[in-house]
Amino acid sequence: MTEQPILRVRGVSKSYGRRIGCADVDLDVYAGEVVAVVGESGSGKTTLLNCLGGNLEPDAGSIAYRFTGDDWQEFLTLSESRRRLLMRTELGFVRQNPRDGLRLRVTAGANVGERLMAVGARHYGRIREAAVEWLERVEIDAGRIDDFPLAFSGGMQQRLQIARNLVSGPKLVYMDEPTGGLDVSVQARLLDLLRRLADDLGLAAVIVTHDLGVARLLAERMMVMRGGRVVESGLTDQLLDDPQHPYTQLLAASVLTP
Amino acid sequence: MTNPAERVTNPAERVTNPGYNYAYLDEQTKRMVRRALLKAVAVPGYQVPFASREMPLPYGWGTGGIQVTASVIGPDDTLKVIDQGADDTTNAVSIRQFFARVAGVRTTERTAEATLIQTRHRVPETPLREGQILVYQVPLPEPLRKLEPRETETRRMHALSEYGLMSVKLYEDVTRHGRIATSYDYPVMVEERYVMAPSPTPKFDNPKMHRSPALQLFGAGREKRIYAVPPYTRVRSLDFDDYPFEVQEFDTPCALCGSSGVYLDEIITDDQGGKMFVCSDTDFCAQRVAAAGDSQGARDPQGAGGLQ
Amino acid sequence: MYVAVKGGERAIANAHKLLAEERRGDPSVPELSVEQIASQLTIAVHRVMAEGSLYDPELAALAVKQARGDLIEAIFLLRAYRTTLPRLAYSLPLETGRMTVRRRISSTFKDVPGGQILGPTFDYTHRLLDFSLAATNGAAPAAEPGPADPPAAVPGVVDILDRQGLIEASAPADPERPIGDLTREPLNLPAERDLRLQNLARGDEGFLLSLAYSTQRGYGGSHPFVGELRVGEAAVEIEPPELGFPIEIGEITLTECQMVNQFKGSKSEPPQFTRGYGLVFGHCERKAMSMALVDRALRGRELGEEPNAPARDEEFVLMHSDNIQASGFTEHLKLPHHVDFQAELEQIRKMRRRAEEPSE
Repeated sequence: MTEQPILRVRGVSKSYGRRIGCADVDLDVYAGEVVAVVGESGSGKTTLLNCLGGNLEPDAGSIAYRFTGDDWQEFLTLSESRRRLLMRTELGFVRQNPRDGLRLRVTAGANVGERLMAVGARHYGRIREAAVEWLERVEIDAGRIDDFPLAFSGGMQQRLQIARNLVSGPKLVYMDEPTGGLDVSVQARLLDLLRRLADDLGLAAVIVTHDLGVARLLAERMMVMRGGRVVESGLTDQLLDDPQHPYTQLLAASVLTP
Repeated sequence: MTNPAERVTNPAERVTNPGYNYAYLDEQTKRMVRRALLKAVAVPGYQVPFASREMPLPYGWGTGGIQVTASVIGPDDTLKVIDQGADDTTNAVSIRQFFARVAGVRTTERTAEATLIQTRHRVPETPLREGQILVYQVPLPEPLRKLEPRETETRRMHALSEYGLMSVKLYEDVTRHGRIATSYDYPVMVEERYVMAPSPTPKFDNPKMHRSPALQLFGAGREKRIYAVPPYTRVRSLDFDDYPFEVQEFDTPCALCGSSGVYLDEIITDDQGGKMFVCSDTDFCAQRVAAAGDSQGARDPQGAGGLQ
Repeated sequence: MYVAVKGGERAIANAHKLLAEERRGDPSVPELSVEQIASQLTIAVHRVMAEGSLYDPELAALAVKQARGDLIEAIFLLRAYRTTLPRLAYSLPLETGRMTVRRRISSTFKDVPGGQILGPTFDYTHRLLDFSLAATNGAAPAAEPGPADPPAAVPGVVDILDRQGLIEASAPADPERPIGDLTREPLNLPAERDLRLQNLARGDEGFLLSLAYSTQRGYGGSHPFVGELRVGEAAVEIEPPELGFPIEIGEITLTECQMVNQFKGSKSEPPQFTRGYGLVFGHCERKAMSMALVDRALRGRELGEEPNAPARDEEFVLMHSDNIQASGFTEHLKLPHHVDFQAELEQIRKMRRRAEEPSE
């Protein structure tokens, strides 16, 4: 872990009319670390993630991102083109429902290769090689490169979405309940894969989940949200073993210990 | 160049069609179209929205091209109109007659003689020169439309140069067909900035657009868009390094004029599978036949037949 | 040799002569006059004026005659004529509340101020062929005369709801924002309601009818009631700048429909009824009602509804409503396409050759 974070979030707030989405959220993410944002539905965790990923415009706050070469940039004031470019290169966004994050009408290979082509790759053979490599890394048989995502199981679709995001070598990936819609056994395999990829690639991730088990397995640090506000944050193990805030205590108590 | 709007004040030139303004469109509309054209020339490949008017020909039959032509034409012009490369196809005849009537211009079938050429689906084989204007009729100006039906989204993609989706389409072609399977309306990159639809010309004609000395104007009436490729602009057909763009090649030369390296029409001659290949560009073919005819005795060039 | 779509000049001229012959039909039958069409095929003439965007019954009747009864062709003729006309002035907004009402119904109240006026309607006729019409000598039975002095102004039913605050206020005109003109500026999306309504007003009746119907069958439903449907004559006024006061330049027949729709409320709006509006040249009830339903369906962005049905999809509706665009582009497939077809033919041959090669 370097001394400086790669993402520095300060005072991010977003309301929908009179209803608070999230309010005054601070968050630092360091290179190579996984941070879990936990809370029940309506806690504001997904609103926060959508603000970070550029899907929602926050009402207030700052989201500073450190590019390669220590160049800090305010994500919210970047031009739309720079922001979208950033989301296709250094950042990634994995959606809860893989169907929202995949192109269902094009093959698995094209799904993985799209980011490369979007930044100018023009050699079909090399795009395909990269796609094969990434399919294998997410444990999809390379022989299925020309199949369509709809022919894949839910777990495979989610792994394909992850490959599609990671092919450009992002430094930070946002994930919205990545194991949400999956069977328990499939979830376990995906969590294992995510853990390994994060370690191998030195990838940083912000994972939104309502499942403390996911947080315990994947995240070094976690942040608990309720009613749009952060109620407690810290090292995952510490927080789960010795929660301070009553709400965290409630959450922690409701989880079966492994 | 003089301004056609000024010349209109000469009543002698309006005799061709009393009751209508010179070249059919009113001067206000022409100015509006010309403003769009200027913007289009200034931003090559960018689709400029314009307030396309209803024309006395149906949408889809060249209303965009006609509005562009009507806005740039003047009495000193010589107009050529082709459809499918031919001057005597019904729609070409109809549009040529329209301008002969409403603008009183000289018309020609000779590419070299024309100052203004309106075309549907072909670029003439005879190389164009400086000072000529080629006006394309465009049915669907948006090269991304088949990949993304929403106008709001495609405009954003152009604005941000987000053309990954276009590459995805090419990737899928190669994956499924072993080649890029687009044979006409083959997308091009203009001046390395905008992806543009060349109109449904066969991809055979794409290389002719690259650094052409002529001004190329594109009009899409129904979709209300105008775009342009100014003279000597770079026009690159999209491809992969290892699957480069290639044009159609025909195995046989033209059965009438003997040309090869030109685009041919396949003519079914009987119901037994008999066929022949002849130039799609009737003027080019006729010129070649005439040149050869001096020594060999003339063969009947194209156009001898006709609708009954 | 080659007989294709070539050598067309003489063919075109001959085709036009044939067309004229067919249009006239059997010369022993008297020719239709434009007056006959204008006064007896009024609904056809009105549709042509509405979708042709030009109020001129005589020219519309001429177009119907020239088009041999093909109404879309007639609309096209009128549009192509309209586009050459200079803009002399923009009229003041029509005061439909002050129109002379010949027919006026509301399905939301049993009785309304001004009364329910059935007027000339196909409603409640039994759709039995009337063989007496096959003879041409019949004079129509005279209708009973109405009250000697019909009310000069019949107030809008929806205004009653408005006064009680139960329906959304109709947005006041913003003097800072001039009303758009669809025929002078390209339609940019997303579009504001002025341009949407203009688009729908000249949109194809059949297309709007089907879209409206789809909203009733669950594809973007809005629980509509006919607040009011009225047919009658309204005065058109312009205000020449050199005069500084409005003058009446004529009277046009209009059909207006105010649709009242249930609305459960959103984050920013309380529950209330919402409006859908239809206004059409001539007597075109089906079109006015369809337009009102589709107008309401298209207000999703403003009311926070998901664009989850065809009728709620602004781009889909506005880009496909115009029958002149639609028929032109559909029928352009009749034009020669052999150059592109040749390209496809070569492509398919190449791909088939490749498929037949023994794989390595």
